[in-house]
Amino acid sequence: MKHTLLLMAAMALTTYLIRMLPFVICRKKITSRFARSFLSYAPYAVLSAMTIPSVFSSTASLGSAVAGVAAAVLLALKKQSLLVVAAAACAAAYLAALFI
Amino acid sequence: MHMKKELNFAQGVRDGVPIGLGYLSVSFSFGLMAVRAGLPVWTAVLISASNLTSAGQVAGLSIIAAGGALIEMIVTQFVINMRYALMAVSLSQKTDASFTTLRRMTAAFGITDEIFAVAASQDGTFGAKYLYGLIVMPFLGWTGGTFLGAAAGNILPEAIKAALGIAIYGMFLAIIVPPAMTDRGAFLAALCAAVLSCCLTYIPALSAISQGFSVVICACAAAALAAWLHPIAEEPEGETHT
Repeated sequence: MKHTLLLMAAMALTTYLIRMLPFVICRKKITSRFARSFLSYAPYAVLSAMTIPSVFSSTASLGSAVAGVAAAVLLALKKQSLLVVAAAACAAAYLAALFI
Repeated sequence: MHMKKELNFAQGVRDGVPIGLGYLSVSFSFGLMAVRAGLPVWTAVLISASNLTSAGQVAGLSIIAAGGALIEMIVTQFVINMRYALMAVSLSQKTDASFTTLRRMTAAFGITDEIFAVAASQDGTFGAKYLYGLIVMPFLGWTGGTFLGAAAGNILPEAIKAALGIAIYGMFLAIIVPPAMTDRGAFLAALCAAVLSCCLTYIPALSAISQGFSVVICACAAAALAAWLHPIAEEPEGETHT
């Protein structure tokens, strides 16, 4: 438990400092084109690495996860909101689990 | 022509309502995830209240559940939340004189993707009170949703809990897929990160690398490759992704 609390503190502190320091100190724009490109692509790279392959073991079975991912991708392609996409993924995974 | 709204505290709170509602549902699944990983309800709520971020918390949760090293936590959070540094720099150019250093230090806590998007889209500059107001509902939604999800984790039937486990990934897909269809750089970054992540998970010699570091390695390599092959246009005023 002590180690868990230590990890939680490190997590919160790192997250806070990364928001706070640039907001307080840096009032200039980042000019390096590579740095700006890297930072603008980083969110997609992070989310993709976190999602794949973990999402396929996030439900009761591989089959239900595949159904959830398919529903999510389909609705995301139709530019539905985060809420709708997430709910559809859950519903598809739940229904698929009933039949698999 | 619309009337220019006054950017006071109350307006900030109002503008934050839709964000708060969205957070409520997403953090519900984070809370659920946390108790499934073996964490007590109060730690799940404390993590949400002290971080106010989705991707970083999910990655942090897996490190906590695995009893990972401190340095792994710090490096992972640094890389995953690096985007906030860019948003903070961008937002700080829209702040007015009411932002003292102390107020900057307080309000910076609430810079999230969605709060950034709303604040950055305002005409002209805004004051500290508006940003404080804007943070209120998202903060309540995020911590409240985490509590409800964590508490429900002890009540809901297993079949429903299992299905809800995919919710947060559904949200991630909703963020990745649309830009990846129109922006080749975003597509390249997402595809490359996914391929690398599979390699690090399934190739036996590499699978010893913990999940936190794996995300960092994959994301950095993929974003660097995309930035190198597809540098973004020079000086797009006031924009960012997500």
